[in-house]
Amino acid sequence: MFSQQLVNGLVLGSIYSLIALGYTLVYGILMMINFAHSEVFMVGAFLGLGACALFGHVGGGWVSVVGVFVLAMAGGGLLGVLIERLAYRPLRHAMRLIPLISAIGVSIMLSNSVFLWISNQSLPFPQIIAGHPIALGNFELNSLQLLIFTISIVLMIGLSLFIKHSKVGKAMRACADDIATAGLMGINANKIIAITFLIGGALAAAAGVLNGVYYGTIKYNIGFLVGVKAFTAAVLGGIGNIAGAVLGGFVLGIIEVMAAGYLPDGNQWKDVVAFVVLIGVLLLRPSGLLGEKIAEKV
Amino acid sequence: MKKLLKKFSPQNILKGLLLGALLLLPLLIQNGPYAYYIRSLGLIGLYALLALGLNFTLGYAGLFDLGYIAFYAIGAYTAALASIHGWGFLPAAFCAVVLAVAVRFLEGIPILRLRGDYLAIVTMGFGEITRLVLNNLDSLTNGPKGLPRVGENIYPARLLGFTLTTNTHYYYLILILVLLAVVISYRLEHSRLGRAWVAIREDELAAELSGIPVAKMKLLAFVISGGFAAIGGCVFAFWERFVTPESFVFWESVLIVAMIVAGGMGSIGGVLLGALILGGIPQILQVVLVGSRWIDYRYFFFGLILVLTVMFRPQGLLPSQRRKTEMLGE
Repeated sequence: MFSQQLVNGLVLGSIYSLIALGYTLVYGILMMINFAHSEVFMVGAFLGLGACALFGHVGGGWVSVVGVFVLAMAGGGLLGVLIERLAYRPLRHAMRLIPLISAIGVSIMLSNSVFLWISNQSLPFPQIIAGHPIALGNFELNSLQLLIFTISIVLMIGLSLFIKHSKVGKAMRACADDIATAGLMGINANKIIAITFLIGGALAAAAGVLNGVYYGTIKYNIGFLVGVKAFTAAVLGGIGNIAGAVLGGFVLGIIEVMAAGYLPDGNQWKDVVAFVVLIGVLLLRPSGLLGEKIAEKV
Repeated sequence: MKKLLKKFSPQNILKGLLLGALLLLPLLIQNGPYAYYIRSLGLIGLYALLALGLNFTLGYAGLFDLGYIAFYAIGAYTAALASIHGWGFLPAAFCAVVLAVAVRFLEGIPILRLRGDYLAIVTMGFGEITRLVLNNLDSLTNGPKGLPRVGENIYPARLLGFTLTTNTHYYYLILILVLLAVVISYRLEHSRLGRAWVAIREDELAAELSGIPVAKMKLLAFVISGGFAAIGGCVFAFWERFVTPESFVFWESVLIVAMIVAGGMGSIGGVLLGALILGGIPQILQVVLVGSRWIDYRYFFFGLILVLTVMFRPQGLLPSQRRKTEMLGE
């Protein structure tokens, strides 16, 4: 039972982590909560659905799975860039709460666009990856879970290599450190910010597809709750910190699944437990699990 | 003479006319085909009450609260439970306010030392916990089905020997409460307290060094907001005579924050205008678009209007005068 729940928690956590990365990357550079991010996740899932229909004619197999991911991630990334360009960039020097309002506006527009033009019902997500049980000692692992976990980990490792070793990654770190000085060093901050939104959007779309494959249905309103949880994960790990977002995602996923499994009426109370953990961490360690303590600027 | 002239400035005359219109409107339309709008205006009034309440926390003290709707919920559920057990409106309202203020006080003590976005997230978490508890605690709240249970009743409010039954009655009750809230806001804004809050909002460290008890002042603003929300929730419960957790979702908290930011933080007129516009747009769109094929697009347009508003007026529609002078000073 315990190891079974642990596996479920890791799979759920890997989806949270992928979305949390998008929140944390943007926050690291712009110090801003990208509230529309959860809707990019949702749109990503629907793009995946569309891509499935497209590749269904080409034939199944690994090519189509990769194709679905590439298309959804490209679409999600572009959507992220578009949101930044249209809704955030014009407001970059406004008061801090102002971009939040435009983010809310964009979120409403995105979820209603899907509601209006695609469907207001739950749609079945095709099982592009067939899951079959793998017996491992005394517990069973579904190959689908293993695959979701693996894809997430590959994406996360790819991101961390990119940020650590590529020139653009270095520029991203410079911008996160001090965006004004980075500009003086010849870094095109606008370009770096756009790339950040591109990466965040692509990861959220990948999470959307994985979520669709895992649960089998998607709906226009799935973004909100998952988004809140992923944001919680980012804060839990220490917002702005990439390793923290991953750790926070896994911790939150595991806590949620354990609460659902072990508490009486756990399914009802698991979200309460997740939020209580968040509040507890913030009160006892406001900078999150891996966040650095930031000195007060005077 | 000059004083008299000032009293009759165009601005004051406009305010007087507006108030007169708000007072007369329900009497003119309550028997006509547009009687439905009295209810819409009442709901907008409740939003205005909530927004004025949150304005103490967000507008004056600059504390970012994303879980405000929880206290509206606490007020509504307390009032509903009190009424089910035979309590009248005033004792129920008293209970609702005391409970909400107490909870807000206990919540505020540990969390108000957090800053900015962290405070926003913790209050959001608290708001969601409140909603989920209301949703899950079947024995007390009847869960998602809401109160009252079958066979129970929330009785109409009785005030000073008068029973409030129609939308028009509640409209006037809400109008009176909003006017009271405006007066309280105005008096507090231009008091020692108001200046202290603004000082904290602009620079917490400098405020502390100037001898302002920052922690106490923040807590005070936070608690006052909670009281306003509880009164609004109480009126809501007696008016609808039905409460469910559905009415207290996260988006409602966000919507109230949006009203304040879009209207102008810390500006009473701005907050009222924000509540009127953001609370009213979905209903206006409903009316304008009804029958046409655009009716389903109203929330889409609502989102678009939000984006465009902050694009063209990032300082808010009616920015606070004090804030404006501060901006010029920088």
